[in-house]
Amino acid sequence: MSRNRSSIVAAKRRGHASLFAALGEETRLGLVTKLAQGQPRSISQLTEGSRLTRQAISKHLHVLETAGIVRSVRTGRENLFEFNPRPIDAMRQYLDFVSEQWDQALSRLKSFVER
Amino acid sequence: MGDRIEKRIELKAPVSRVWRALTDYREFGEWFRVKLDGPFVEGQVSRGTMTYPGYEHVKWEAIIQKIEPERLFSFTWPHPKSFDASNYTGDYSNDPRTLVEFSLEKTGNGTLLVLTESGFDQLPGDLRLEAFRRNEGGWTEQMKNIENYVAKSQ
Repeated sequence: MSRNRSSIVAAKRRGHASLFAALGEETRLGLVTKLAQGQPRSISQLTEGSRLTRQAISKHLHVLETAGIVRSVRTGRENLFEFNPRPIDAMRQYLDFVSEQWDQALSRLKSFVER
Repeated sequence: MGDRIEKRIELKAPVSRVWRALTDYREFGEWFRVKLDGPFVEGQVSRGTMTYPGYEHVKWEAIIQKIEPERLFSFTWPHPKSFDASNYTGDYSNDPRTLVEFSLEKTGNGTLLVLTESGFDQLPGDLRLEAFRRNEGGWTEQMKNIENYVAKSQ
């Protein structure tokens, strides 16, 4: 938790919210899973069936919004929240990219020490 | 999607040989493709310039964390938003850093190398990957050239 919190603080200091910190919490992961089904939902809908208060859910949604995974859209009088897959896709692509670089570097190391 | 990368590779060379390739700055530079200014020293910044084709403008800058002979070599390094020559600054002071660890273990016929890179949770959610996407083709292309070269010279 404290690690989680400190990385959120560190990320905010840089003007960004950390994706992993945002997702690394059960309630928020649950909210993302719900929203990732595609349908934008209101806070009331998201609070339904949860033991948490509307205020608590709202706080979690705010963290997700700051990380860019969730965005709010206004429809009429209501504020709805929807899932934004882009940051997660971008992070996955980035990790794949770094992973690929390591595969290549380690294969160079292998030929280097085995020759 | 985890927040770390882990690779395990079996090398047919003694631990002492692999250790030298990792921690002698000239040997490291050869396979990693970087020209380093000087030896790795625990707790100190290691600087240099990449020699990787197309990335010669990129600076190498790592903080050496641990050098435990024939066991563990680790450093932290920055993840800048872009290596693209047009908007590359070379100033990594505000970039998030990850921890890279190489650990070695003797096996029956050589060395098991475990590489981990962790701390991706420090990276912002709004990574701008345009430059990476553009470059990715370049890297892939370069790697094919090297693989062909290595295959031919063996």
